[in-house]
Amino acid sequence: MLTKRIIPCLDVKDGRVVKGVKFLNLKDAGDPVEIAQVYDREEADEIIFLDITASFEKRQTMLDVARRTAETVFMPLTVGGGIRSLEDIRDLLNAGTDKVSINTSAVKDPELVQKASEKFGSQCIVVAIDAKRRDESGKSGWEVYINGGRTPTGIDAVEWGKKVEGLGAGEILLTSMDMDGTKNGYDIELTKTFSESLSIPIIASGGAGNLEHLREVLVDGKADAALAASIFHFREYSVRETKEYLKTKGVEVRI
Amino acid sequence: MITIIDYGMGNLRSVQKAFELFYPNVRISSSCEDVLSSNKIVLPGVGAFGKAMEELRKRHLAKAIKEAIEKGRPFLGICLGLQLLFSESEEGGRVKGLGVLSGKVRKFKNVGKLKIPHMGWNRIRNVTDGAGPAILNGVPEGSYMYFVHSYVVEPKDKDVILCETDYGETFASGIENDNVRAFQFHPEKSQSVGLRIIKNFVEL
Repeated sequence: MLTKRIIPCLDVKDGRVVKGVKFLNLKDAGDPVEIAQVYDREEADEIIFLDITASFEKRQTMLDVARRTAETVFMPLTVGGGIRSLEDIRDLLNAGTDKVSINTSAVKDPELVQKASEKFGSQCIVVAIDAKRRDESGKSGWEVYINGGRTPTGIDAVEWGKKVEGLGAGEILLTSMDMDGTKNGYDIELTKTFSESLSIPIIASGGAGNLEHLREVLVDGKADAALAASIFHFREYSVRETKEYLKTKGVEVRI
Repeated sequence: MITIIDYGMGNLRSVQKAFELFYPNVRISSSCEDVLSSNKIVLPGVGAFGKAMEELRKRHLAKAIKEAIEKGRPFLGICLGLQLLFSESEEGGRVKGLGVLSGKVRKFKNVGKLKIPHMGWNRIRNVTDGAGPAILNGVPEGSYMYFVHSYVVEPKDKDVILCETDYGETFASGIENDNVRAFQFHPEKSQSVGLRIIKNFVEL
């Protein structure tokens, strides 16, 4: 049986991990490659690097990070953030990245999703969707935001998910902006709606505060994978502990 | 020398890195001469079947691969490299494959009920008798491997099946026929158990 995946995600800026990551016994706790190695040893199922480098000139550093990671870590690596063109995707894949995650550029240029999946295969094209619950009266559902959650688009998130599936996306990385950073749990309703409306895998993101939250989103939210950042980085839980918990609760995980 | 065949279908660097852990001379090449002069060959690849066959033919690699296999060179196929060995695929109509093995490549059954692609970690079950094949030495029964694919192989001769995996149905996730071995999953992405398969292949 296919197992549910547990995926740590690192924010990387100018080739360095940002936001306090508390790892002991590392030579350089700011080096994404070293942290990826730790998660590899703990048998994380995949790893995601989100590049939040602002300047175009420094974006080359991410290629170097991807290259160095692929030298030593033999598990799937996804890189997202700032990808604008087929060339950007090709460069990342050639550096050893397995999948790329496209967010803002997909909204601005949906053809990019189609061209990229035709050229490189759906399996390596992840579309990231930042979704925020609509609060105006008379409107239900969730709206897609771009530019790191700063810009509303007016696009319905579920419709957008269906559209990118049709364009050839192989997977959706779905972040609830309402829950992100709260540590109050994932948006179960959002995740479940996506999972039931689409036939490609859904990675749930945003809101993980404890292990029960992961169980909820994988079981009740029907997510195929759960992404978490701070609970792993601050060593509140190790990946192994997380999987052991899920296993005792009857969730199929690789352990 | 081990040659990893480059036919423009995906990044081969991570495949090469995995082999280099166990063997110093690993090259990525699209030359027929390199394929024919190697001790061992590896056919990786991701993407569409039809496009892959077109690229192999364009570079005259289809013929070179078959020739190397006929000469008895150890061959390892990974993911699309497994599927291409078969007679034909229903991906994108009916496309002819290398025809090294009889059988076809088809969609998963129960597609409506399953998430496609089959993406993530799933178990392999050794279906051979006795001590088990050398390529799976040290790989515990029921090990998890990393899969990403939307089509499966259906060998005509069931005896070539080495291991199986369950996803809505039971499908062949590994085959072995004399010097030819191929897997649907990615050993190079499957952490220590996957790397063990690569080590076993290098040591054959």
